[in-house]
Amino acid sequence: MKEVISNADFLDIINIVKLQYGYDFTGYAQASIKRRLLRFMGHIGLDSVFELKYGLVNDQDLFSRLIQYITVNVTEMFRDPGFYKSLREQVLPKLAAYPNIKIWHAGCSTGEEVFSMAILLQEAGLLSRTKIYATDLNPANLERAEMGILPLDNMKDFTQNYILSGGLADFSNYYTARYDNVLIKKELRRHIAFFQHNLVTDKVFNEFQLICCRNVFIYFNRELQNSVLQLFFDSLSSRGYLAMGLKETMRFADIHGKFETVHAFHKIYRRKE
Amino acid sequence: MKNRFDVITIGGSAGSLLVLTDILDVVPYHLAAPVIIVLHRLRNVQSEMGRLLSSKRRIIEPEDKEPVKEHSIYLAPQNYHLLIEAEKTFMLDYSELVNYSRPSIDMTFSSIADVYGPRSLGILLSGANKDGAAGLCQIIAAGGRGIVQDPETAAFDAMPQSAIQMCDGVQILSIEDIKKIIIGET
Repeated sequence: MKEVISNADFLDIINIVKLQYGYDFTGYAQASIKRRLLRFMGHIGLDSVFELKYGLVNDQDLFSRLIQYITVNVTEMFRDPGFYKSLREQVLPKLAAYPNIKIWHAGCSTGEEVFSMAILLQEAGLLSRTKIYATDLNPANLERAEMGILPLDNMKDFTQNYILSGGLADFSNYYTARYDNVLIKKELRRHIAFFQHNLVTDKVFNEFQLICCRNVFIYFNRELQNSVLQLFFDSLSSRGYLAMGLKETMRFADIHGKFETVHAFHKIYRRKE
Repeated sequence: MKNRFDVITIGGSAGSLLVLTDILDVVPYHLAAPVIIVLHRLRNVQSEMGRLLSSKRRIIEPEDKEPVKEHSIYLAPQNYHLLIEAEKTFMLDYSELVNYSRPSIDMTFSSIADVYGPRSLGILLSGANKDGAAGLCQIIAAGGRGIVQDPETAAFDAMPQSAIQMCDGVQILSIEDIKKIIIGET
């Protein structure tokens, strides 16, 4: 990570990716994305930023690998168990008032947090009348999420998280283990639709009572955070809920006056009328 | 007198807690440079690390996009890497572990080297792995000052030792001397 990407080179790369492939990273937080670009160069053995630019112009396959690599695909089931506990106790009982519940999980990565949500809804008796729309930028993530297959190694941690989130059932009821993997039960996944949506360029596509977008905002700069918050505001029904990551905050955003805080630590907000 | 450093950053792992509280005890209230601490911590267990580190000073676990302020002591939150943007705001990053760690000391040090260059002071304390060594070397390469706790006095010497081996220009100091340097910054 010794080499540095100059601002001019960085803008060149952003422009190539935008013009040639339609992905707009202009509003991404630079500290993180520059680092990931350098790591990608090291990973595939490119020595200079010039080679990266040349490759991106001439080689679509290199771009696919770049997207897979620079988007952050780290996730867990019941990540931040206390957050899920708050959802159980403070949000789901309110959602129960709706005859049909629609939830948008934006930036769902490989689906772990979406499956967690489905389990919560199941346990609250709400899953059968809920539709979860789970979206991500990265098509490879969505393919994996769609399959519902997770590595068995992780289940021990996930079970622990589940218990900490207030889960009382036997966690292994929610999947079948086979060799080194587990398959999340079909009846949980039946209510989830995975599809591609780019928060930067795509628009409102439905109206939701709850939007979960956790640890996505941190990769955006302040302007982009503002515009995505506006998109969420427009996508929420009146009094709909928005959940962000634990270290993400609305307090620097222009729009924060249009939301009220439901849980300050777990970053659960609610759209005002 | 103008301070030499615009930021002081301290990294530590196993065996660093006591020396770190010792150092924080002498950080003067009128020290302008922000102090940014990265400690290896348990990932999914809530902890009151900030309060543990200092009974006198408020230790802030920054949120994303929070401006880096003078006269403040910051601690990298659990389970995120802590980076600094060019406009001197914090950026939280939830990407892969680096050196088996999140937060990774290397990530923060390296980002501080990029943003503050010669006006950064990096201090690496006791620890049982090599996280922080490469970052400290980047601070030195950027013209900043890089100090390690004397491995002889460290409960675990792997961390300072790795930095000493990785690059030239690492200063080896006792905790007492490290405290003097921090006090001298005011």
